[in-house]
Amino acid sequence: MDIFGVPSQALMAQLMIGLVNGSFYAVLSLGLAIIFGMLHVINFTHGAMFMLGALLSWAGLYYFNLNYWVMLLLAPVVVGVFGIVLERLFLRRIYKLDYLYGLLLTLGLTLVIEGVVRSIFGVSGKPYGPAPISGVTDLGFLIIPNYRLWVIAASLTACVLTWYGIERTRLGGYLRAATENPKLVETFGINVPVLISLTFGFGVALAAFAGVLAAPIMQVSALTGQTMIVIVFAVVVIGGMGSIAGTIVTGVALGLVEALTKVYYPPASSMVMFLVMVLVLLVRPNGLFGGKE
Amino acid sequence: MNTTSQPPVLAVNGLEAWYGESHILQGVDFEVHSGEVVTLLGRNGSGRTTTLKALLGLTDRRSGSVRLFGEEVISLDTYRIARLGVGYCPEERGIFSSLSCEENLRLPPLHRGKAPGLSMDEVYRLFPNLEERKRSPGTALSGGEQQMLALARILRTGSRLLLLDEISEGLAPVIVQTLGEAIKELRQRGYTILLVEQNFHFSSALSDRLLFMESGRIIETLNPDELDDNTDRVIRMLSV
Repeated sequence: MDIFGVPSQALMAQLMIGLVNGSFYAVLSLGLAIIFGMLHVINFTHGAMFMLGALLSWAGLYYFNLNYWVMLLLAPVVVGVFGIVLERLFLRRIYKLDYLYGLLLTLGLTLVIEGVVRSIFGVSGKPYGPAPISGVTDLGFLIIPNYRLWVIAASLTACVLTWYGIERTRLGGYLRAATENPKLVETFGINVPVLISLTFGFGVALAAFAGVLAAPIMQVSALTGQTMIVIVFAVVVIGGMGSIAGTIVTGVALGLVEALTKVYYPPASSMVMFLVMVLVLLVRPNGLFGGKE
Repeated sequence: MNTTSQPPVLAVNGLEAWYGESHILQGVDFEVHSGEVVTLLGRNGSGRTTTLKALLGLTDRRSGSVRLFGEEVISLDTYRIARLGVGYCPEERGIFSSLSCEENLRLPPLHRGKAPGLSMDEVYRLFPNLEERKRSPGTALSGGEQQMLALARILRTGSRLLLLDEISEGLAPVIVQTLGEAIKELRQRGYTILLVEQNFHFSSALSDRLLFMESGRIIETLNPDELDDNTDRVIRMLSV
């Protein structure tokens, strides 16, 4: 059966890839949005943190014989701690300045991180080897590798848990309140500077988690994060900063849009995001789910 | 009311504070004793709000001495000062729009190692409106309800010193009366309260002492029963 001239099997396969990419976009943009809400820093290092997660997962396997599942837990912790160190050493000093300084600082940090990784590992992609979950599942309309199903499930679980943590727990309440008015939250006896460090650490840990998930299906290299960060910025701009759920939905939806474009008009597939971004900004300058800020 | 044996709950000496280059407080001195209600009065820009903020370390820079419950806090971080048992209700009320009324109320953590404050039941008895509006988003409440919420929020934590900035401002008389009753009840329960007020009648009915500020200093201290003899001076100190 054809759908607009494309075999449905091929369409479904692309949509599945779109869903996988969309899951990555969702996890990454979620971290980015949380960090921006709390720190008011547009975190350019997010792509590099994603790359570090993927690279750590690869390095853990080949140098330390730590398997995928260990690294899935360990890499986010390592990257999260690294993020907290960066926040304490550098980011903390620029909160009072214009947004632009945060962008410049994190861009600089990104170049340093990528440069170091590049000089150690080179720029050629590192093949991960066989995916940790093998086999395929026949969904009737589509045959899909089990690992990709796992990626989708794990990403969405991470998103839902993050949403729950922010919207339904006490710590999340502090976070939401501190996003609105950090000084006042501090007058309640809450250690806001530590809350800010933890937020940044958690945000980049999410990126690293996505990186580990991506390692077996993408070539890991020093530049892995660069393509990702540009797309994820577009996702965050399109979704707006207003809502956690909105960010997740936007991420997944844009993965699907990208996949559909790949099927019907491949030359536009790498720019369709930005076309959507321009259109959304024309109609809703604060993004689809954006608040008033 | 003054108990000389105990150290004052709050002792401020030579407090100076800055916002950027602006030197707002130019040497503020006063004490508040346990169980007292004291009001800072003065014109706009005389430094009353800044005094409250400087006590909590919310100004850009500050110097001098602030002793809370006998402990020097001039170089402590805001959250550490708060944990000594200070509750702050800002002029803009600071109700969080992403939290419901009840979440706002439950947000401030209870101070560890301090006697507990009011229970939720007691808070709701004091401000029945808040119980009815439990699930509403914080900023969907009326101005009066938001003010009650901002005050109620700091009563649960075990804070013994309350810093309340302009709680009667812009509210209907019936709400101002409710807030006045609440202050009286809190005073009976032994809370120590420092008010910043524009509403002279509201505050003089509630306070043990009135401190008048001008140009970042305290220029006069009066008891409420001295007011009648000083009407002219009071009017001069408060009129624009």
